[in-house]
Amino acid sequence: MSSQGPDENVSEDKQPEERRSGVERAGGGGAPDPFADPGLPPHEPRIQDIDEGAAKRSERAVALLFAISMLATVAFIASYVAFPIDKIVYVWPIGRVSALNLSLGVTLGIALFCIGAGAVHWARTLMSDQEMIDERHSVAAEPEMEAKVKSDFVQGAKESGFGRRKLIRNTMFGAVALVPLSGVVLLRDLGPLPENKLRHTLWSKGKLLVNENTNQPLRPEDISVGSLTFAKPEGLEEDDHDFHSEIAKASLMLVRLEPNDIKDKRELDWSHEGIVAYSKICTHVGCPVSLYEQQTHHVLCPCHQSTFDLTDGARVLFGPAGHPLPQLKISVNKDGYLEAQDDFQEPVGPSFWERG
Amino acid sequence: MSNATDTAQKKKAPAGERVADWADGRLGIYTLAKANMRKIFPDHWSFMLGEVALYSFIIIILTGVYLTLFFTPSMGEIEYHGSYVPMQGIKMSEAYASTLDISFDVRGGLLMRQIHHWAALLFLAAMFVHMMRVFFTGAFRKPREINWLFGFLLFVLGMFTGFTGYSLPDDLLSGTGVRFMEGAILSVPIVGSYLSMFLFGGEFPGHDVIPRFFAVHVLLLPGIMLALLVAHLILVFYHKHTQFAGPGRNNRNVVGMPLLPVYMAKAGGFFFLVFGVIAVISAVFTINPIWVLGPYRPDQVSTNAQPDWYMGFSEGLIRAMPGWEINLWGHTLALGVFVPLIIFPMVLAAIAVYPFIESWVTGDKREHHIAQRPRNAPTRTGFGAAWISWYFVLLVGGGNDLWATHFHLSINSITWFVRIGFFVVPLVVFWCTRRICLGLQRRDREKVLHGRESGIIKRLPHGEFVEVHEPLTQDELHTLTAHEQYQPREIGPQTDDNGVERKVGRVEKLRARLSKGYYGEQAQIPKPSASEYEEITSGHGHH
Repeated sequence: MSSQGPDENVSEDKQPEERRSGVERAGGGGAPDPFADPGLPPHEPRIQDIDEGAAKRSERAVALLFAISMLATVAFIASYVAFPIDKIVYVWPIGRVSALNLSLGVTLGIALFCIGAGAVHWARTLMSDQEMIDERHSVAAEPEMEAKVKSDFVQGAKESGFGRRKLIRNTMFGAVALVPLSGVVLLRDLGPLPENKLRHTLWSKGKLLVNENTNQPLRPEDISVGSLTFAKPEGLEEDDHDFHSEIAKASLMLVRLEPNDIKDKRELDWSHEGIVAYSKICTHVGCPVSLYEQQTHHVLCPCHQSTFDLTDGARVLFGPAGHPLPQLKISVNKDGYLEAQDDFQEPVGPSFWERG
Repeated sequence: MSNATDTAQKKKAPAGERVADWADGRLGIYTLAKANMRKIFPDHWSFMLGEVALYSFIIIILTGVYLTLFFTPSMGEIEYHGSYVPMQGIKMSEAYASTLDISFDVRGGLLMRQIHHWAALLFLAAMFVHMMRVFFTGAFRKPREINWLFGFLLFVLGMFTGFTGYSLPDDLLSGTGVRFMEGAILSVPIVGSYLSMFLFGGEFPGHDVIPRFFAVHVLLLPGIMLALLVAHLILVFYHKHTQFAGPGRNNRNVVGMPLLPVYMAKAGGFFFLVFGVIAVISAVFTINPIWVLGPYRPDQVSTNAQPDWYMGFSEGLIRAMPGWEINLWGHTLALGVFVPLIIFPMVLAAIAVYPFIESWVTGDKREHHIAQRPRNAPTRTGFGAAWISWYFVLLVGGGNDLWATHFHLSINSITWFVRIGFFVVPLVVFWCTRRICLGLQRRDREKVLHGRESGIIKRLPHGEFVEVHEPLTQDELHTLTAHEQYQPREIGPQTDDNGVERKVGRVEKLRARLSKGYYGEQAQIPKPSASEYEEITSGHGHH
């Protein structure tokens, strides 16, 4: 490492070595190397190094930047106090923005940027730009030190009896290997076991289909041609503790088709007057499928573009989904409301190992 | 006591010096300062990329601590009654509501959120570009392989810290991302549903995932990252920075400016520059406007659902993969989700393990402190460019809906492009990049041997027109020929001196073949030798 010389001066070992001229070398004896390293180029002074006037100008520029920073901080505090948080202003070309957010951000930005610009300008124009040299040293130890460390280790290991007393060694390994198991066991209560939770939803025989938007039970005539209607099971309310977990499985989409258009026989059997009910949860990774193409009766998941054909058992037409959307068997009860005939016959949502 | 005179003398010293003396007596700071205070750092614009990453990380920590003062990491459902009118009376989690409060009721809270998010995007981008700089200049070679891995881990952990962070507001977009993660976990054979139950504390989404992500995001991952970052910086100091070859700069020295004062001013100032720019960007460009997205509900989704950019390539994998699913013996293997989940770490691992592959191929055990020009390592440069193209093909796949809507393309065609491009594009890019590198090597060789084209046309006495070439300076001659070139590894004779057959393992054969691919005739242009140079420069009349 370098030892530090007196002020201003670069320490001896960091001085650029004498610059050799390649031409001179070429004239010398032996086999000259035309590509020889000519050594560090001589230092070229900047204007600030020779002209005190220029140096003064740089000094003033740096001081100005620092002064602007101070003013910007004052402006930041002033903005914080002056602008109400809900004041919206029009600023070209950004548009309508929060006055407080914009002024705080811009003043803070200027305050910070000017400190940085000042420091960098100072370094570039006024601090010495004389290049210096540090020698590198091999990272690996010298052979003697290496030998010493290794023999120390052998000595230490020998004194411990680690290699000789195998009983101690093996039981220690055993103990140290086992003790983390406690930590693993403690993780057990992170959550319940899956059991058959992923197989069942809130749907069951006789549950009414409730419109998600109006919260009213749906009649067949509520389902119009050409649009998706979203339904949830009767009794599931937004205030329920488990609303999110339940709607994540039970969410349903209804669409009215021409019965003649339905290609899949089971789909037709499970429909009512051409109204079919499918799980809204994509079988890929669980996004709600919600884009419906009226003409083709295809539905598209906006997350990963899996496309399902609602006229053909919701089979996958394109995209990464692995199997059709599960269909819910529906009918109409004696009061004329749509109701489920059963739970879904297969798990809804993404595939999992036990799905089968 | 002699101490009395000591103290008398010390009283004259300035206060700062006395504090330093006090600290040195307890911490030995002078020994530390001797090695580091005037440490030399070489200068090159690309060396600041890592600094951008470092400073963004500091900015993220500062703003992140501020955000924790106001954020409530809870999934408890409440009805919103804050000052953002469009959300009045809407049911949402406390996490979402407190994020609205930060945005609309805490003065400067929105700005801190925006800076936090912008800095996170910049952090990942800067790490990515910094990693590429290190890769393409071979700065990962011995003795810096471990620091390469530290940096790589920082990048990967940064991705997950980002993911857990942008999931915290529990808005419709990020909730969809968490749902995607649940689907991906479910696809893991045998234990998928168990992992999901343990992570979410029950069925998705449950009430636990936001508080758990919060702990991971503010404590676990940043803690590990901070440790890695410190180790990364210590190693940078310990190894001393790499430098490009040039007059006076070689593998045994480091030429540049000292830490005190030049780099303290430049690097310290650069922190403020980065912070200032991010602050202005955050004031002007809105990012993640969660108030537009609405609170998360598992049965709702918006279009244009995109993760932050650094997660985009995993999104591309999941979108491009065909929906294969195997059902056997009552079990389901969702390859359509599980295969992307496996390829995701493999894409990253490909770049992480590269330094070890290259050092195995070269068998070079020496230290390297000279940053190479990418053209002088054509195969590596080709590999790096291929990796980037791989990454970007997947990014295109992750935004296939945006490409479709912005450029009026069929989403199916884009997806097919990604499926095929995943395999083909890296190969094409590798081939092209290597050719370009070889072309640049040839140009360097021409320049060294024949000089620079001056643009001056000279008519010779016999009527021929020639362009005058100016010879290069000694500095340029040295710089252009300073790089080393490996020779391909030979397996050696199959039989030894006594005619006994030597067994050459498959591994050894593979190594020789790779070495030939790296350093054979097709893979590098021999740099001009001194004799070639002498021959040409002495032969007059040869333009």
